[in-house]
Amino acid sequence: METENMEVKKEDIPDRRPLLLGLGFGILFGFLLHKGGATQYNVIVGQLLLTDFTVLKIMLSAVATGMIGIYFMKSLGWIELSLKSGSVGMNVIGALIFGVGFAVLGYCPGTIAGAIGNGYLDAMTGGLVGILFGTWIFALMYPKLKDGLLKMGDFGDITLPRLLKVNDWVVVVPVVALIVLLLFWIESAGF
Amino acid sequence: METIASVLTDTSWSPYAVGIGIGLLSWLSFLISGKPIATSTTFARTGGMIEEMITGDKARQRPYYKKIKLQVNWQWMLVLGVVAGSFISAIISGDFQVGVWVPSIWASAFGDSALLRVLVAAAGGIILGFGARFAGGCTSGHGISGTLQLALSSWISAIFFFIGGIITAHLIFNVFV
Repeated sequence: METENMEVKKEDIPDRRPLLLGLGFGILFGFLLHKGGATQYNVIVGQLLLTDFTVLKIMLSAVATGMIGIYFMKSLGWIELSLKSGSVGMNVIGALIFGVGFAVLGYCPGTIAGAIGNGYLDAMTGGLVGILFGTWIFALMYPKLKDGLLKMGDFGDITLPRLLKVNDWVVVVPVVALIVLLLFWIESAGF
Repeated sequence: METIASVLTDTSWSPYAVGIGIGLLSWLSFLISGKPIATSTTFARTGGMIEEMITGDKARQRPYYKKIKLQVNWQWMLVLGVVAGSFISAIISGDFQVGVWVPSIWASAFGDSALLRVLVAAAGGIILGFGARFAGGCTSGHGISGTLQLALSSWISAIFFFIGGIITAHLIFNVFV
């Protein structure tokens, strides 16, 4: 009896550490996004207009750095991947819709949080309200989309190495090399 | 001379330094919290929480909100942290914007009406928010965290985010104007 009570009590007190860690990671992420200029409409729209390659440089160097460490820690058994499952409907149609919104708004969900912190008022008002409203419309339509478009061409939470049935590093090494080459090419092209 | 303090108060850093920094942050977030950096579900949760305040149980019963759970969690705090981190960086580098409603690229094409910009931002936000949940992630969740894990869903999404974005931006600025 007593141990049962203890357990209930333990559950009653939520562990706040994950929330504080989340806040800490967010502060560092937001700090970096601002330093990179990614909290500015001009920089994001400049990328989509192909006149300013800052966003691509940030993303590709983050992906290359991240990939090496994540796959290294995975091979040591320190971490497990956290993969999103997908489908053609979600990741082609959904992503194209996202892309249209990305260009019209000039921010994305992460960078709009940064833009708000940076003081941009279009982000703080119309942009934020619009995103909240857009996700709500999705929640209303979800029961109908769930077994329709979202399931169309479903392929689950597969990774490229699993898809190609090869060792992780057979994909990681060439992808990192390609990213580095692409970045050198972008720089030498003067962007 | 560059000191640690002067680096922190610089308005901008090399995009490569920032990108490598975000990559290192992703290591820590996996190692310490077991989670990838992502943001867009937080907007869906917040939208649901607002509906919950108005309609209560009706919001809680929606299948999508049951799935994502309407609560302040790790990612919710991360998004709040992004606002704070950007604010801190902007303040210490003297780059905090006061009274800026219309970004200059927008103004050069469509004039400096704050109302027009806010209405278009709202329309863009609706499309973006809808698309982010449709795709199951955004530029951070799919574009950075998913691609660095080599997830097929994320590589396809990231490519189509930019295809949709590049075509739309060119339509807006080169065809409509």
